[in-house]
Amino acid sequence: MMSDFGEELTKLAVAEDNPETSVLSKTGMHFPWLHKHVEAVVTGGKKRKDFAQTTSACLSFIQEALLKHQWQQAAEYMHSYLQTLEDSDTDKRQAAPEIIWKLGSEILFYHPKSNVETFNSFADRMKNIGVLNYLKISLQHALYLLHHGMLDDANRNLSKAETWRYGEKSSSQEVLINLVQAYKGLLQYYTWTRKKMELSKLDEDDYAYAAKTRTMLSQSCKTSTNICALVKTPGVWDPFVKSYVEMLEFYGDQDGAREMLTNYAYDEKFPSNPNAHVYLYEFLKREKAPRAKLISVLKILHEIVPSHTLMLEFHTLLRKSDTEEHQKLGLSVLFEVLDFAGCNKNITAWKYLAKYLKQILVGSHHEWVEEEWKSRRNWWPAFHFSFFWAKSDWKADTDLACEKAFVAGVLLGKGCKYFRYILKQDHETLKKKIKRMKKSVKKYTIVNPGVHT
Amino acid sequence: MDVEEVKAFRDRCSQCAAVSWGLTDEGKYYCTSCHNVTDRSEEVVSAADIPNTKINSINRGLRQRSKHEKGWDWYVCEGFQCILYHQAKALETLGVSPELKNEVLHNFWKRYLQKSKQAYCKNPVRTSGRKAKVLEDSVQSSDLGSDLELLSDTTCPLESEAEFQSDPQIPKPFPVTKGSPKSASVCSGSVDGVEYSERKEKGLVKMTVPRTLALCSLSLLWQRETITVSDLLRFVEEDHIPYINAFKLFPEEMKVYGRDKGIFAIESWPDYEDIYKNMIELAIFLDLPRFPDITEDCYLHPNTLCMKYLLEVNLPDEMHTLTCQVVKLTGIGEVDFLTFDPIAKTKRTVKYDVQAMAVIVVVLKLLFLLDDKLEWSYSDLAEAYNEQHREDTPQFDFRKWYQVMKKTFDEKRRKWEEARARYAWKTKRPLYRSHIDKSVAYKRRKMVENLQKQFSALVGSSPVVEKQAPSSFQFNWTEEGTDSPCFHGHSLQGLLIMKGQSMITKNSLYWLSTQKFCKSYCKHVTTYEESNFSLSYQFILNIFSFLLRIKTSALHEEVSLLEKKLFEKKYNESKKSSGSKKGRRH
Repeated sequence: MMSDFGEELTKLAVAEDNPETSVLSKTGMHFPWLHKHVEAVVTGGKKRKDFAQTTSACLSFIQEALLKHQWQQAAEYMHSYLQTLEDSDTDKRQAAPEIIWKLGSEILFYHPKSNVETFNSFADRMKNIGVLNYLKISLQHALYLLHHGMLDDANRNLSKAETWRYGEKSSSQEVLINLVQAYKGLLQYYTWTRKKMELSKLDEDDYAYAAKTRTMLSQSCKTSTNICALVKTPGVWDPFVKSYVEMLEFYGDQDGAREMLTNYAYDEKFPSNPNAHVYLYEFLKREKAPRAKLISVLKILHEIVPSHTLMLEFHTLLRKSDTEEHQKLGLSVLFEVLDFAGCNKNITAWKYLAKYLKQILVGSHHEWVEEEWKSRRNWWPAFHFSFFWAKSDWKADTDLACEKAFVAGVLLGKGCKYFRYILKQDHETLKKKIKRMKKSVKKYTIVNPGVHT
Repeated sequence: MDVEEVKAFRDRCSQCAAVSWGLTDEGKYYCTSCHNVTDRSEEVVSAADIPNTKINSINRGLRQRSKHEKGWDWYVCEGFQCILYHQAKALETLGVSPELKNEVLHNFWKRYLQKSKQAYCKNPVRTSGRKAKVLEDSVQSSDLGSDLELLSDTTCPLESEAEFQSDPQIPKPFPVTKGSPKSASVCSGSVDGVEYSERKEKGLVKMTVPRTLALCSLSLLWQRETITVSDLLRFVEEDHIPYINAFKLFPEEMKVYGRDKGIFAIESWPDYEDIYKNMIELAIFLDLPRFPDITEDCYLHPNTLCMKYLLEVNLPDEMHTLTCQVVKLTGIGEVDFLTFDPIAKTKRTVKYDVQAMAVIVVVLKLLFLLDDKLEWSYSDLAEAYNEQHREDTPQFDFRKWYQVMKKTFDEKRRKWEEARARYAWKTKRPLYRSHIDKSVAYKRRKMVENLQKQFSALVGSSPVVEKQAPSSFQFNWTEEGTDSPCFHGHSLQGLLIMKGQSMITKNSLYWLSTQKFCKSYCKHVTTYEESNFSLSYQFILNIFSFLLRIKTSALHEEVSLLEKKLFEKKYNESKKSSGSKKGRRH
C-alpha cells in the first residue's frame, strides 16, 4: 500500500510534467497497468534492493506514527527517510521531495517542539529541492502561515511565488500560479472587508472617509485582477467566487457579477458544483429577478442536490407558479426532500406537504399524488410512519406529529398506525385540531375506505 | 622530504651515476646532484593512510593528481584490498586471532590477485588490450612460485615487508590517462574502474564486495574460528564489519565516482545463500586445497553448534544427548563430511549453522511430533506434574516455552525491523556518475544533512537505538521469575521412557517434512508451502531461521535433507508405499 502511494505520486508528477501524456490519455491510449509490467521487465525479476525495502518500511512506520499522533517517533523515522532524496533510482529520487514535504510538514505542524521558524526553514529548504514543487510548497507554506495568523508573512510568501518562473510556463504551473494569485486576492479581500467595517463606523462627512474609500477601491482592483484569472479556469473556487462577487456588487458592477456567476454555474468545463447554483440563485434573488429565472436556477440545483435546504424555497416558488407543470414539480420536490433521512424531522417540509396535498386533492389532481406515492408505497410506511416514529415524534414535537399524521392518513388511510396513534392521544389544546384532521383525512384520503394497511 | 630518509632506492642516477636521491612533492625520486627526476616513485608514502602496509604491496600507483579530482591514481583491486583489510581488522577486534588477517586472508588475497592475473604473475592484466610487459629484472621471479605455495601445512613463510615493497616482479601500472575514456559520462575515480567494470573473461571470478565477505568467511573456515557464516552476516548487519559503503573507509584521496559506484556501492545486506555460493566459487577459483579438518572439538562441529543453539533458543540442556544421537545416526559429525574440500568432486561445504539448527528441529519433532496436538497434550501433563512437584526440577513445558519464545521473539523481530527501517545507507561521501554531477551530489548531501539536523532536534535527547555490542548470542535467558525465564535446566523426564537399557522417546510417531525432492536443475532441494505445515512447525522454523537471518524455506530444506539421511531406509520404502507417518524409535 505504501509503495503504491509513492508510485501514485510519481505518476502524478509524470502526468503533470508532460502535458502531452495527459492529452494522450484523453484519446483513450492510457494503460496505467502497462507501466508496472514494463518496470517488472526492466528489473528482470531481480530482488528488490534492501535500500528500497527498508525505506519503504520506514515510510510505513512514519505513516503509522502519524496515524497514532506519535509525532516524536514520526520525526525519528523521518530522519532516516530523508535519505530517499539520495536514492540512486532516479524516479524514486524525484518523487521523494513531495512525499517528504507532505509527511514532514504534517509532523512539523503537530510536533510540540516545532514552531513557525522550524516550519519556515523546512519549507524554504524543500522549495529548493527540485524545482517541481516550488509553487505547491509555497502555497501550502502560505496556508500554514495563515493558519497561524501571520497574514503579512503569508502575503509576502505568495508574492514571491507569484513572480517565480521555471522554464517554459507549463499548464500545471499556470494553474498553480493562478491559485497563488487567487490566494493573494483572498488576503486582499480580507483587508478590504476589514476596511469596509471600519468605514461603516465612520460618518460620511468625515474627512477620513474619502481616503478610506479610495484605498478600498484600489484594494478591490488588485483583488479582482488576482482572482479573475483563476475563476476562469475550470474548477471549484467557492471562497474566491464569493468574495469576488461581494466586491463587484459593492461597487455596483452587477453585470460583471452576473456574468461571472452564470459562467461559474453553467460552463460545462467546470465540474458540477451545487454551490455555483446557490450563489447564482442568491445573487438573482438580491437582484429581484423574475420568478421564472429563479425557478430555472433552482431546477438544476434540485437535480444535483434534491435535499438542499433551498428546495423548500423552490417549492414555494413552484406553488405560486401558474403553470401546471411547475405545480406538479412542487409536489415531487417536497416528496424528494422527505426521501432523505436527514430531513425527516423537518417540520416545515411536513407542513408544506400537508398543506399542498390538501390543496392538490381539492384541486382534484389525484393522479399527481398517486404517481409520487407509487414508488414510495413500499418503504415510506416503515421509513416515516411506523409506530415507533409515531411515539417518538409525539414525544418530541406534537406539531410535527400532527402534520405527519395527516399526511399518513391521506396516503395510507385512516387505519394506518401512525394516524391511529396520534388520534388516540388525548391532548387538551390539540383536541380540536386533531378532530379537524380526522375529518379532512376522511375526505381526502387517496385510499379506498375499507382497505386497511 | 629529507634526503636521508630516502634509503630504499639505491640505484644509480641515469644522468650522473650518483646515488643520492630526494623525493619530489609528487613522491618521485630526483637526483640531488643533477636534479634529474626519475619516473620511479616512493612507495610507502602513505603507510598511514592505507594502513596495511603489507597488503599494500601492489600499490604501485603513481600518486599523481588528476585534472578533475585532486586525488590519487588508484586501482580497483586496491579498493578491494582496503575493504578486505578493514574487514579483517574488524574481525580481529571481534576476537579472531590475528593470524587470520596476517596470514590466511593475506595469502588468499595474493592468490586471488595471481589467479585473476592482476599481480604476482608474468603477464598481469592491467588495461585491456595493453598487457603490461614484464620488467626486465623480473627474471628472478622464479622464487615467486615458492612464495605462493602459501597453503602448505606448515605455516607459510611470509615475506618481510621490506622484501615485499621492493618486489621487483610487480609491474608498474601503465600510466593510464584519465581523460581518455570514451565520453565524459563513462569515467571513474579509480584508474581502471571503467575497464574493470567491462572486463569479462571466461572463468574469471571478478572481485565484488560480497566476495570480499566470502573471502573473509573462507579464511574464518580455514582458521576454524568460532564465527559461522550467519554470525558473520549478522555482524555485517549490525555494522561491526564494514560492508555497506565500505568505500567510506578509503583514504580521502581515493576518489570514488562514476563506474566505481557500480563496483563499490552496495544497497543490500549480504544474503546467506549468495555468500555461501561465492565462497565455493572463490575456493574453486583460487584452487584451494582441502581445508583443515573439522573435528569434534571444533566450534563448527554439529555437537558444539547444537549446544550453542540449544542455549540460544532456550531449550533444555538434556536435549543435547538427543541431538548428538541424531548427529551420530546421520553421520553429519564425520570429519570427511564436515571438512571443506574444494578439490573434491562434490564441490560443496556444509552450512554448519543451518544444519545444527535443523538437527534441533528434528529432535523437537521426535519429542513432540509437532502436529499441533501432541505437543499441547504433553504440555498439559508437564504442567500438572510441575504443579504437584514444585520442589523438583521442572519438566519441560512446551506451551510455556512457546509463550516465552513468542513474546521475546516478536519483540526482537519488531526491534529488528525498526532498526532496519532506520538504517542510514548513505555516507558523507556521496557517489556520483561524473564530474558534472559532483556538485549536485554534494549539494544534495548537504541538504539532507541540514534536514536531518532539523528533524533530530525534534527527536530530543534520547539517542536513537544505540549500537549493539557484538555478541554471538542474541538472547539472554535469565532465571525463573523474570520476563525471559530460562528453560535450560528443565528435564525431559515426561517425554522419555526407559526401554530395556536405553531411553526412547515417548512419542513413537514422526512425519517427514518432505516426500518430494526436486530433481530438476532449479537447485532447490524442496519447496516450502507454509500453510501445509502445523503451526508449531511454522513457529519453530520462523524463529530459528530468523536467528540465522536465512529464509524459512532454507531451514526447511536443511531439515528435509537431514531427515533424508536419518530415515534413509524408511524414506526409500515410503517412495513405494507413500505412507505419510513413519514410526521411529531410538
